[in-house]
Amino acid sequence: MPDGFCVYSPCTEKMASSSSYNSPCAACKFLRRKCMPGCIFAPYFPPEEPQKFANVHKIFGASNVTKLLNELPPHQREDAVNSLAYEAEARVRDPVYGCVGAISFLQRQVQRLQKELDAANSDLIHYACSEITTALPAPPGPSSIQSMAPRQRPIDHYDRIGMGNEGGYYEAPAIPTPYNLPWNDNPSGENNAAGGGSNM
Amino acid sequence: MRNHEPRASSSCAACKLLKRRCTPSCIFAPYFRSDEPKKFAKVHKVFGASNVSKILNEVPEEQRDETVNSLAYEAEARLRDPVYGCIGAIALLQRRMVELQVDLAIARARLARYSASSPPILNDHGSMIPTLAELPACGGFADCFSQISSDTMNDLSQFPYIF
Repeated sequence: MPDGFCVYSPCTEKMASSSSYNSPCAACKFLRRKCMPGCIFAPYFPPEEPQKFANVHKIFGASNVTKLLNELPPHQREDAVNSLAYEAEARVRDPVYGCVGAISFLQRQVQRLQKELDAANSDLIHYACSEITTALPAPPGPSSIQSMAPRQRPIDHYDRIGMGNEGGYYEAPAIPTPYNLPWNDNPSGENNAAGGGSNM
Repeated sequence: MRNHEPRASSSCAACKLLKRRCTPSCIFAPYFRSDEPKKFAKVHKVFGASNVSKILNEVPEEQRDETVNSLAYEAEARLRDPVYGCIGAIALLQRRMVELQVDLAIARARLARYSASSPPILNDHGSMIPTLAELPACGGFADCFSQISSDTMNDLSQFPYIF
């Protein structure tokens, strides 16, 4: 995004009068008309950025931009103009796809990353299950069984991802807490070779 | 009373909306069929017929179909969200991508612990999995917009898949 897009706030209607007093806004310069006080373009198209309005005018047209801005409350006009300017510039650079090309690219990236994440989590579950399976000792008393119960954190995480992957909001997994298993307290550390299970 | 004979070919959606005669060389006719009036209506409202015509004249004929489809997509997005239009989708996707990159790095770091004696895990391109510090910072693009917030931009389902 070009610099200076976020400098002007929408509540600068007085800027229109000051800019017209000092210099017409980029829109009025382009349109070769007098920049009146209250010019709807003046707060968002400063004279130092002529290309911004030129692009927006080329793709959307001054009349359409005026209608759009008039339909919005003043506090949203700055963002609207900036997004229009971004889209217009993208369309000028790529007349076929415009910014839709970026959306398509990002959608593919998101899909690819999601698949890779699912695969990695699947491997983690496989490893976690293998550890549980190989590390389970002979069944002792009830209290020991309770302390040996796995935390199920990778599976919980996998389920959470599965639930969140319906095209809605994606929830990042929580920071894992130490995986408390009885052999973590074993001073001999004979399970450390398998990762110790202390952190997932 | 005069009998109105049916026309041999109907006007395209553009010429119907613009209330003009649809000539055989109408630039809109191949892409705005008469049975899809809303498509042109949306494009016309956002871009204007004149601008669309200029854009189509600038691109090669074989790319005009894609051009019209992307313009229709953009117009639809802008009408749904007059403030951000397609940019909302871009910001949301960028944020989602960074989140996934972070989660993937965490998952692969965990996997690496399981195979501590194995070689470092490489990605599909044979490069090392980036550390968290190397991942691009979230925001950036969205920082330029004062009102974009996670509250308003969490629903990817409103942006249909393009590919």
